[in-house]
Amino acid sequence: MTAAAVDTARKPVSMAQALGRALRDAMADDPAVHVLGEDVGALGGVFRVTDGLAKEFGEDRCTDTPLAEAGILGAAVGMAMYGLRPVVEMQFDAFAYPAFEQLISHVSRMRNRTRGAMPMPITVRVPYGGGIGGVEHHSDSSEAYYMATPGLHVVAPATVADAYGLLRAAIASDDPVIFLEPKRLYWSKADWSPDRPEQVPGIGSAVVRRAGTSATLITYGPSLPVCLEAAQAATAEGWDLEVVDLRSLVPFDEETVCASVRRTGRAVVVHESTGFGGPGGEIAARITERCFHHLEAPVLRVAGFDIPYPPPMLERHHLPGVDRVLDAVARLQWESEWTAGSERGTR
Amino acid sequence: MTVLEQPGSYRPTPPPAWQPRTDPTPLLPDPEPFRLLGTDAAADLDPELLRRLYGQLVRGRRYNTQATALTRQGRLAVYPSSTGQEACEVAAALVLQEQDWLFPSYRDTLAAVARGLDPVQALTLLRGDWHTGYDPHEHRVAPLCTPLATQLPHAVGLAHAARLKGDDVVALAMVGDGGTSEGDFHEALNFAAVWQAPVVFLVQNNGFAISVPLAKQTAAPSLAHKAVGYGMPGRLVDGNDAAAVHQVLSEAMRRARSGGGPTLVEAVTYRIEAHTNADDATRYRTDTEVEMWRAHDPIVLLERELTGRKLLDEAGMEAERQAAERMAADLRERMNQDPVLDPMDLFTHVYAEQTVQLREQADRLRAELAAAEELSPGHQEGTQR
Repeated sequence: MTAAAVDTARKPVSMAQALGRALRDAMADDPAVHVLGEDVGALGGVFRVTDGLAKEFGEDRCTDTPLAEAGILGAAVGMAMYGLRPVVEMQFDAFAYPAFEQLISHVSRMRNRTRGAMPMPITVRVPYGGGIGGVEHHSDSSEAYYMATPGLHVVAPATVADAYGLLRAAIASDDPVIFLEPKRLYWSKADWSPDRPEQVPGIGSAVVRRAGTSATLITYGPSLPVCLEAAQAATAEGWDLEVVDLRSLVPFDEETVCASVRRTGRAVVVHESTGFGGPGGEIAARITERCFHHLEAPVLRVAGFDIPYPPPMLERHHLPGVDRVLDAVARLQWESEWTAGSERGTR
Repeated sequence: MTVLEQPGSYRPTPPPAWQPRTDPTPLLPDPEPFRLLGTDAAADLDPELLRRLYGQLVRGRRYNTQATALTRQGRLAVYPSSTGQEACEVAAALVLQEQDWLFPSYRDTLAAVARGLDPVQALTLLRGDWHTGYDPHEHRVAPLCTPLATQLPHAVGLAHAARLKGDDVVALAMVGDGGTSEGDFHEALNFAAVWQAPVVFLVQNNGFAISVPLAKQTAAPSLAHKAVGYGMPGRLVDGNDAAAVHQVLSEAMRRARSGGGPTLVEAVTYRIEAHTNADDATRYRTDTEVEMWRAHDPIVLLERELTGRKLLDEAGMEAERQAAERMAADLRERMNQDPVLDPMDLFTHVYAEQTVQLREQADRLRAELAAAEELSPGHQEGTQR
């Protein structure tokens, strides 16, 4: 088969479908992989990600559990103790909170507690973030809570190919992975073939989605399309923006981020999560510590406001959008370059 | 047929909202705790089992007093004693088969030791040189669990996984009366019953959650009654009657092993010592109450039965006491040796592979240790407590 023939075999596939395919392939490859959660069986999950799994693998492998998140994750701990590789679906971001004690007190530290004797190869899938018109408790960006817990990996795909590749990597990982699925990208589509999935590097590597020279936008998950759109719009202003997709918040790929910022000298971190105590603060601090002498301006953040997640009719005011990103870019002290006589936006 | 499925193929339609229960096993516990010692039924008990239980109780009591003494000497950071509760601790270990799993709480180091764990390893958490001092797979003893009742869903998940694999494994999970108020207790019972997982839940009702008495913990007629709401049998037993606890737990284990699902056992006992060495029990209970329970001591009850039936004489008792002293002397000697610590272990088991950030932090600590060693050779951890 020629490369051209493979390309024509690619069809538009949604992120939700790619995630489902990743679960299916992982279950087919490894009988230790078990899916459990609320409504993951006959219904296929409220976002249909587990569609067909119970039928193909039976209810013992894809199990509708009682409605109790601590119980689900706690049971997954016991299953992992016995050598299984559970994949837990939390129905929505805010409905994962009842499982926090199991996550923080057990899942994240069981390996450490037992000096490696009891690893926890558990994947916790969390549909997260806003922008879908969800009512209260359906749109939280909870990544900062997870990031603050040593022992967890925290991953957030932004593309169809990454959704598949990173979920496979998460399930294969011997460490617990919080797998944050951007809800509003579930229905985003890309030409992609499950039979020839693109190779996605393992958890912990960021990628430059758009090369640029003026400044670096650092983002992940649902804010990636926003940043790419902003970068496109910025060309009209003479800015050539680089866009880094973190893909994984923990481990954090400092090398890729810092290499980009050293090239551009300016950085904006963009995410839906609140700014105060959010991931952007940690990222900005790391850039400042490591790239200080390359910076032409303070690292800025474009984040959700420090408010409880708003009702759906007001959420557009809360979510970082293209204009807010461009406004931050405009505040990256370009004036100093004008006074130095250099052209705007080029370095 | 898979375990969770009904006969036939995959059923996408939900079951009816209500179905009559068909299992004839009664769910409600007896109104009074089940007792054997001192009753006519005790005559049928296996003398060998009684002697075995007695030896374990005597050693268990000595273990408790030794661990408490080690705390006073600064060798343990803290010790939550199970003095007075040895019958539950010992019986929980003895009813397990080789392949079964024990899920202890922080007060249950004795059960872990009775299961075969090295006491020094069992006490690692409480000495503070690491969190879990043993490989849980070696004796199939899960890590001692400090957050209340959170180990119960683990027991359910493990038992469920074993059953899915077709393995003959039962998990016995231990929790206290206070722990029954935690959400994880209820979620674990519910999951176990829905999945018909081979689990036995042993609640040691020792009267207090630190200082709060049971009356402020629950309005239920007994903790065993809580089983009924989940559709599993609840059993109430005298927790100081080692033979009764052993029998009730054995029945529950048999039921679980044969596919009959989980059982909740409430053992009524009493915490003779304070919550830990850091607690002052005189603030919330009277000496009179403690003395009443001392008269109902598990060793006294069993000794009375054994001597009354001439199954044990003074020489036999003395032999058990001496065995217990040897165990205590060995424990004392080994606990009086300073543990060997390597601060770099802090970074070893956070992830399967260290992150770049953790490698940097490990390098920093290594440099700090090297600098300190240069300043003051031989005074680093490893020789120091």
